[in-house]
Amino acid sequence: MTDPHTSLSHLDLETPEKPFLDANELVINMGPQHPATHGVLRVILRLDGEKVLGLECVIGYLHRGVEKIGEHRTYTMFNPYVDRMDYVAAVSNGLGYCETVERLLTVEAPPRAQYVRVILTELNRIASHQLWLGTHALDIGAITPLFYTFRDREEILKIYEKYCGARLTTHAFRIGGLQYETYTGFEKEVKNFLDFFRPKIDEYEELLTTNRIWVERTRNVGTISAQDCIALGVTGPVLRASGVKWDLRKAQPYATYKNFDFDIPTGQNGDTYDRYLVRMAEMRQSVRIIEQAVGAIPEGPIMAKVPKVMKPPAGEVYHSIEAPKGELGYFIVSDGSTQPYRVRVRPPSFVNLQALDVMCRGQLVADVIAVIGTLDIVLGEVDR
Amino acid sequence: MGQIIQYIESYLSSDKTPGAAGNMFWVLVYIMLVFTGLSVAVIAMNWLERKILAHMQVRLGPMRVGPHGLLQPIADAIKLLLKEDIMPAEADGLIFWVAPFVVVLAAFTVFVVVPFGPTHAITDMNIGILFMLGVSSLSVLGIVMAGWASNSHYPLIGALRSSAQMVSYEVAMGLAVVSAILMTSLNATGTGTLSMIGIVQAQQAQGEWFIFKFFPLGLIAFFIFAVAMVAETNRAPFDLAEAESELTAGFHTEYSGFRWSLFFLAEYSAMIAVSSIAVTLWLGGWLRPFPNLLSGSTWDLTFSLIPGVTFLFFAAMCFYNTVRMPKHPLFRIQTIGLAGFGVVLGLIGLLLFVPAVSVRVQDIFWFASKVAGFMYLYIWYRGTFPRYRFDQLMQMGWKVLLPMGLGVLILTAGVALLQEKIWHP
Repeated sequence: MTDPHTSLSHLDLETPEKPFLDANELVINMGPQHPATHGVLRVILRLDGEKVLGLECVIGYLHRGVEKIGEHRTYTMFNPYVDRMDYVAAVSNGLGYCETVERLLTVEAPPRAQYVRVILTELNRIASHQLWLGTHALDIGAITPLFYTFRDREEILKIYEKYCGARLTTHAFRIGGLQYETYTGFEKEVKNFLDFFRPKIDEYEELLTTNRIWVERTRNVGTISAQDCIALGVTGPVLRASGVKWDLRKAQPYATYKNFDFDIPTGQNGDTYDRYLVRMAEMRQSVRIIEQAVGAIPEGPIMAKVPKVMKPPAGEVYHSIEAPKGELGYFIVSDGSTQPYRVRVRPPSFVNLQALDVMCRGQLVADVIAVIGTLDIVLGEVDR
Repeated sequence: MGQIIQYIESYLSSDKTPGAAGNMFWVLVYIMLVFTGLSVAVIAMNWLERKILAHMQVRLGPMRVGPHGLLQPIADAIKLLLKEDIMPAEADGLIFWVAPFVVVLAAFTVFVVVPFGPTHAITDMNIGILFMLGVSSLSVLGIVMAGWASNSHYPLIGALRSSAQMVSYEVAMGLAVVSAILMTSLNATGTGTLSMIGIVQAQQAQGEWFIFKFFPLGLIAFFIFAVAMVAETNRAPFDLAEAESELTAGFHTEYSGFRWSLFFLAEYSAMIAVSSIAVTLWLGGWLRPFPNLLSGSTWDLTFSLIPGVTFLFFAAMCFYNTVRMPKHPLFRIQTIGLAGFGVVLGLIGLLLFVPAVSVRVQDIFWFASKVAGFMYLYIWYRGTFPRYRFDQLMQMGWKVLLPMGLGVLILTAGVALLQEKIWHP
């Protein structure tokens, strides 16, 4: 165990001396029906008064066997299923899946399709972060931001609705490109949204960033070091808030992200407040990317030449994208038939969730709620 | 018949509270009035809280039951009364049963001494403020009982939190109260008073609300009390005991239906009770604004018109919204209802212009509107602040408010002494 990447600094935390008859230890169940576990997460907490001695996550209450379903559907038929994993960021899921299958087929979506994909995916990142912000603030007791974020998220959903008819589980992309050409006025509406949204971020920040109670509740809460993040495989804003400048959009550019100029916001302390700041900054960066993309959508076809019946050559591909919650990877094995031999998803929420124990030890019950909120998990994705 | 009218009139023009006059019949009438008034206030507060909070949060709030959701609290009350009364199998039956009553009793009993006017109180006790603080802290008992009897982890933690919180904030609250009481002794005789009516009369005599007394000492004391009273009533941002996202509903998680509504009733009447203390101690109780600065019969007349004008304004709002209601047959009943409500408010407003009524009701109006201001603050806090964590809350109580309270008390005493011995020997 000399490899620094496999040893955790927090986990060898000393267990406090056992009190007489364990009189102080209280085991409580949080969830699966609980207002703040973001779905059906069940956390078994071991408490000393209000202090958390340890916790265990019980997952699987929303298991639908998505990966297994994939083995019995054709590549095209499986596409809508991936939307149901992280239903808050369905477009990102679709992008990851489509790009992975495209790699198997060795086709590439035409530039026009790529640009529209980037716009919709970044809009989705904003929508996902908005939902995170609203629920996270609600968990910490600020009820008002929830309504502000949902009001503004509505504008993004309207764009989706106009584009493909669906708002949440959009199924926006097809393998090889897009099914739909953008509607008339798409670019103008996206630009309008950006103008509308920029002051709204300031509005959210005004409510929270310098709010004394908010800062007290989030600073030094659920701290996780960069080393632990890497050891646990934590990705996304959680990793970046710990100071690691790792973003797949820069590190392994996919779609057309290398054409755009944007920064990777990072934090230093790896606490809940830094994660909050990182996500707020990411929303601004997303606005920047969309701004560049929407002005430069090239003309041309929106669909590459893809066979009607897809039979990718036997082989395997792992491809991952930077979803709003972290690295979303698809590992697809093809046996040369119309159906995948195996689909394995690497969901960011699932991997990030295992950091919960490390982040919560020694904190208070109220912090567990804050940390669950700051991890930004979606149980549909954790359980699949 | 004539005797009865004379009998009633003699009490209407009495200069004593019914309790102090020792008339049992009149006391009962007052108790009924206060109880009804409180219940109406809680119902109104329920509707207002949802509406105000909704408008702060870009929502509409209740809109379906009655015009602009006016009947929503009544619908909720009926729903709660009809709900199944669940008692967990493992609960301690007797304590579980008694707990809500203890809380409600504590919350309502304090209104015995609340002075809605110089004669409008059930009774005037010479230890009024002490009685209020003492009885209102009894509600902790009910909360602990509820949490313990539920025999479940979440209520237990909720009860622990809220009892610790209420007990620790009472200290800071008490210090702030003492500094206000100290100010009542700044008169010729040098004797202070604990009577709620006496405290307001002292402010009247000194020509200054205690919030402005020894500026900024009175203000700081008031601030300490204003923070502590929010914590005392377990409201946002100190609503840890009922932290929905952590403990589902805190100590009343296992309660449902009517028992739950008793806790609800108690919470709101406790809010009104502590606001009444704050109003009495620092904001001049029933006194109208600037009673000394803007004195004279003209000003008296002007201020006596304000209650009526206020109600007429509410009536006008109702009529304005009646006009704005959708012109659809489905909305006809709602439109008529809203107009009817406006007419009722308007009639009340007109009634308040009758001098005989206005003289007797003015005090109550000023007291109620000051309390209403506090109620608005409560709602505003709830819409703005995140929730404190337990340890931060304790830190705030013991490390910030308590030293501040002590400091203010000492300074107030010092300034009072100086004034007595040096400036006005």
